[in-house]
Amino acid sequence: MPMLVLAPLLATAAGEDPASRFIRLLTVFLLAMWVGFEVITKVPQRLHTPLTSGSNAISGITAVGAIVVAGAMVTGMGTVFGFLALVLAMINVVGGFVVTHRMLAMFNPKKK
Amino acid sequence: MSPQAWINLAYLAASMLFIVAFKLMTGPRTAVKGNYLGGAGMALALAAASAACFEKDVVASVARSGATPLVLLGVAAVIGGVIGAVMAVRYPMTGMPQMVALLNGFGGAASALVAGAELWNMTRRAVETGSERADAAAWAASQLAPWTQFAIATALTGLIGAVTFWGSFVAFAKLEELPAFKKAWTDPKRHWVNLGLAIATALVIWGLCANPGSVALYILLVLLGSGLGCTLTLPIGGADMPVVICLLNSYSGLAAAAAGFVIDNSVLVIAGSLVGASGLILTAIMCRAMNRSLVGVLFGGLGTTSAANADDVYAGKVKSASAEEIAMVLEGADRVVIVPGYGLAVAQAQHAVRELATALEKRGTTVEYAIHPVAGRMPGHMNVLLAEADIPYEKLREMDDINPTFPETDVAIVIGANDVVNPAARTDPQSPIAGMPILDVDKAKTVVVVKRSLSPGFAGIPNPLFAADNTLMYFADGKKAILDLTAALHGA
Repeated sequence: MPMLVLAPLLATAAGEDPASRFIRLLTVFLLAMWVGFEVITKVPQRLHTPLTSGSNAISGITAVGAIVVAGAMVTGMGTVFGFLALVLAMINVVGGFVVTHRMLAMFNPKKK
Repeated sequence: MSPQAWINLAYLAASMLFIVAFKLMTGPRTAVKGNYLGGAGMALALAAASAACFEKDVVASVARSGATPLVLLGVAAVIGGVIGAVMAVRYPMTGMPQMVALLNGFGGAASALVAGAELWNMTRRAVETGSERADAAAWAASQLAPWTQFAIATALTGLIGAVTFWGSFVAFAKLEELPAFKKAWTDPKRHWVNLGLAIATALVIWGLCANPGSVALYILLVLLGSGLGCTLTLPIGGADMPVVICLLNSYSGLAAAAAGFVIDNSVLVIAGSLVGASGLILTAIMCRAMNRSLVGVLFGGLGTTSAANADDVYAGKVKSASAEEIAMVLEGADRVVIVPGYGLAVAQAQHAVRELATALEKRGTTVEYAIHPVAGRMPGHMNVLLAEADIPYEKLREMDDINPTFPETDVAIVIGANDVVNPAARTDPQSPIAGMPILDVDKAKTVVVVKRSLSPGFAGIPNPLFAADNTLMYFADGKKAILDLTAALHGA
C-alpha cells in the first residue's frame, strides 16, 4: 500500500530530475502567459468587468490542487488544509462563473 | 494508456477550453458561450482530479479507516459551491468590485493552503520512504535536499496567496466603506514597515530553500505575507481601487500557477498564468487611464493635496438651477451626452436615466453616454451597471471616442461623476490628478452637474468645473433629480 501513495515521489525521482521538471513547468507557464497576453488584449473595455470575474472563476483552478493534496490523504494536516482549500476554491469557481453569467445576461437582453 | 495519461489528457482539454473561453470574451454575445466553456473546462479538470483520487479511494476504504477522500472532497465542494452560488446571486451589481475582491482573496488563500498541504505530505512521504532505514531522519532530509525549485515554488505560492487574501480583504473593507478602513494609512513610517517585512520575507524564503521540508518556516512565511498584504493595501486610496482589484486578480492567478509548480500540475500552471496575464493587462490599462504608474499607486499614496482651496474655487461662482430651468435648456438641445459616475449607481438611478434619455429621444435629441475607463470601481463597471438598466451598449462611447465631440454637444449631464470630469487634471500641474485623462465635458455648450453637494470625490480635491460659467449645478439626490427632470421635460 505505501508504494501507491509514494508513487508520485518515486516516479519523479526516477524519471525526471527536479531542475528538468521545473524547466518543463516554466516552459508551460511562459507560453501560457504569452497566449494570455495575445488573447486578452483584444477584449473591449465594456467587457472588462465580466472578463475580471470570469478569469477570477478560472483562477479557482487551484481547486484541482486541493483535490490532489486532500485526496492523497497522506497526512492529517495536509488533508485538513486541502479540505479548506477546496471549500475556498469552490466559492471562487462557482461564485465567479455564476456572477459572470448574470452580468453577460444583462448585456444580451432577451426579448420580453 | 495509463489512467494517469487519461487524466493528463483531460487536463490538456480543460486548458484548451480555458483559452477558447478567453478568446470568446471579445464580444458580448460570444462571451456567454465563453463563460460556459470556461465552466466546462473547470468541471472537466475537477472530474479528472477526482478520478485520480478514485483509485486511492478504494484503497483507503479497504485498507485504512472509514474516511474516504471522495466523500470528504464532495462535502468540501458542496459547501464551497453553495456559498459561492448564494453570493453570486445575492450580490448587487454595484457591489461587483467587492465581490470580485472577496473571490480573489479566497482563490489566493486556497492556493496558499494547497502548497502548505503539499509541503506536509511531501515531508511525510520522504519520511515514510526511509522509515525502514536506520538513518530515517537523515535520509528524509537528503531526499528533500535537491528540491530547491520545489521550495521556491512553495514559498512563492504561500507568499502570493497570503498577500492576495489579506490584500483582498482590505480592498473589500475599503470598497464597502467600513468606517475603520475609510482613511488611507499614509504614515511615512509605512515604508520602513514594508521594507522590514520584505527583508524578513526574503530571509524566510532563503531559509525555506535551505530546509525545504520546514513547515514552521512556511507558516512564518504565510504570516509575513499576511502582514505585507495588509500594509501594502492599507495606504492605497479609494480612487486607486480599480488598479488594486486588477492587480489582486492577477495575483490570484499567479498564486494558482505557483501552486501548479508545487504539485507538478500543468492545468494549474496554464489556467493560473492566463488569469495572471489578464490581471496584468487590466492593471496596465487602469494605470494608463488614471495616468499613474503602478509604483505610484502601490507606494505613493495619493500625494499632497493641491494648493487650490475649496472656498477659493467655489466662492460666489457656483450657479444653481431648478429642474424646470434645466428642462428648458434641454428642450433646445440637439445633442446631449450623459456622463455617468459611480454616484449614479449608488443612487440606483440607472433606470431613471434611461427614461430621461427616452424622453429626450422622443423630442428628436441625440443621446449618448460617455464612459470613462475608471467610471465605477473596477474596469468596465459602468457598462455593466448601464446594461443592467437595458441601455443598449451601442450608445455607450469610450473616452477617446467621445472627447472630440464635446464642443458640438449642447448639453452634457454629469451624474455622480466628479474626478473624471475635473478640468484641473488638464490645467493645474500641481493637482494630485494632474495629467489624468478626463472627459472634456467643460467644452460642451452647457454642463449640468447633478450632485447632492459640493463635496469632493475620491481624490478629495475641489472641482473647478462646478464653478465654470457654462455649468449649472443641480443639487439633489441623483435619482430624484433625474425623475424631476424627466417630469419637467414632459411638462415643457
